[in-house]
Amino acid sequence: MAIDVATVRKVAKLARIAEPEDRLAPLAQELNGIMAWIEQLAEVDTTGVEPMTSAVAQTLPMRDDVVTDGGNAARVLGNAPRADQGFFVVPKVVE
Amino acid sequence: MTDLTRLTLGAALDGLANKDFSSVELTSAFIARIEAVNPQLNAYVLTTPERALEAARASDARRAAGTAGPLDGAPIGVKDLFCTEGVRTTAGSKILGNFVPPYESTVTSHLWRDGAVMLGKLNMDEFAMGSSNETSAFGPVVSPWRARGSNRSLTPGGSSGGSAAAVSADLCLAATASDTGGSIRQPASFTGTVGIKPTYGLCSRFGMVAFASSLDQAGPITRTVADAARMLTSMAGHDPKDSTSLDLPVPDFSQFIGKSVKGLRIGVPEEYRIDGMPEEIARLWDEGVAWLRAAGCEIKSVRLPHTKYALPAYYIIAPAEASSNLARYDGMRFGYRGEGTALTDVYETTRAEGFGPEVKRRILIGTYVLSAGYYDAYYLKALKVRARIAEDFAKAFEEVDAILTPTTPSAAFPLGEKQDDPVAMYLNDVFTVTTNLAGLPGLSLPAGVDSQGLPLGLQLIGRALDEGSLFALAATMEQAAGFTARPEPWG
Repeated sequence: MAIDVATVRKVAKLARIAEPEDRLAPLAQELNGIMAWIEQLAEVDTTGVEPMTSAVAQTLPMRDDVVTDGGNAARVLGNAPRADQGFFVVPKVVE
Repeated sequence: MTDLTRLTLGAALDGLANKDFSSVELTSAFIARIEAVNPQLNAYVLTTPERALEAARASDARRAAGTAGPLDGAPIGVKDLFCTEGVRTTAGSKILGNFVPPYESTVTSHLWRDGAVMLGKLNMDEFAMGSSNETSAFGPVVSPWRARGSNRSLTPGGSSGGSAAAVSADLCLAATASDTGGSIRQPASFTGTVGIKPTYGLCSRFGMVAFASSLDQAGPITRTVADAARMLTSMAGHDPKDSTSLDLPVPDFSQFIGKSVKGLRIGVPEEYRIDGMPEEIARLWDEGVAWLRAAGCEIKSVRLPHTKYALPAYYIIAPAEASSNLARYDGMRFGYRGEGTALTDVYETTRAEGFGPEVKRRILIGTYVLSAGYYDAYYLKALKVRARIAEDFAKAFEEVDAILTPTTPSAAFPLGEKQDDPVAMYLNDVFTVTTNLAGLPGLSLPAGVDSQGLPLGLQLIGRALDEGSLFALAATMEQAAGFTARPEPWG
């Protein structure tokens, strides 16, 4: 399953990373190198093996559904690239 | 007066308790040394001397009042992956810009609760993705170590390269670090320091900049095994703010230092004797076995047949989790924002300009293996292989109490040497990554030097939550090894 330029373009789009056209071919080559090395996983017999989704088997703890924090708008906005009157300022989303 | 910056954490705390010196004196000595040495090593990306002196004065007051905590007045460094309230935190990335956290990570808050003094924030590979510190947006850390007769700059390892270099070059008494595939243990091995990645869930991940959440764990880098026990005792502990944090009491790990290891069964996995392993590392490993045998341990051969598949499985799982975790860096709420007219343009330029090449590479791999059509073939397959690796350990631990391996397949290498070959760089973690996948504790301690005078580490792997045995075994080996080498140019 070689990764071609079209696949890199699509994946970069999904990842929201602008990659210039002239970077796509070298990136495809790099990713193919890594994925070719990863292909050896196919050798492992995993018939009947459950996927391991967490490092330690434990059930997630429950907590009461109550507000424990809040009223910190200034601190929340403190690192915003742009903020105005208690809001994040973002580029135009809808024409 | 002896050089205060050369003390171990334990000796420094004794000196403070005996009133041989004050925390202000101790902290001032470190501040002066950082000013003199850091420009050459680039270990700290931010120093906080005024804050440190203020904390030191407060510590001296507590000590005078008889209310000193277990680490009171001890100056330490903090990997720039831990959020520190009011102090810039970047994770070595341009995309976090001048992010100043409005909250404190749980791990560092435990250290401050116990009286430790922060000297500053330590350099690291960008988002902890790297094994040489060369992916940092602040430039690489230079190891204080040099090969004998050479002036070539070496890597201190990564991703906790700043932490390891700072501890090794006497720029702090101890440092926090983090380990997703070997990022505590590999740099500790490269710099002649001690590092432990505890059982997954022992330390809270709250306030640690996330890389791969099912693998990330905090731990210390220190000069001695006893110092690591002290630091981990403080750093660990249940935290309701991290749902994977284990709700268990934390023992005082110092009690295991000096404890007899007689009768403990030690496994030696043949799968770790890989092709091309330098003779010196194989010999050191044999020496480590001999030290433990002499201390009364029983040595057994164990099988970990899926070892060679750990790294390829890791390079699916970690990038997959990273691609999801790093989706938050969109330039809207914090950090760097690129230029653009519409929302999507801004996302794409922000991330193109804010992330470095290795981070982008891993986000792309992660996005690819999670995308429609590849999820089962890659991601699910890797999770099943992960289960196989954990199973290998579970079987081995039916027969042994701990496992001894080399920490790394080589000594520290020159900066620039492996930068153009991602897979060669990834292979640095071949012996360490298995414990992250299985969630087990792993400790690296300096065991000797190679023919060029560079440090080499050995790794002890334990059962989940059996850090105690690792500390007892490591303290025994530390004594047998008698490791006294120092990085010469900075000695």
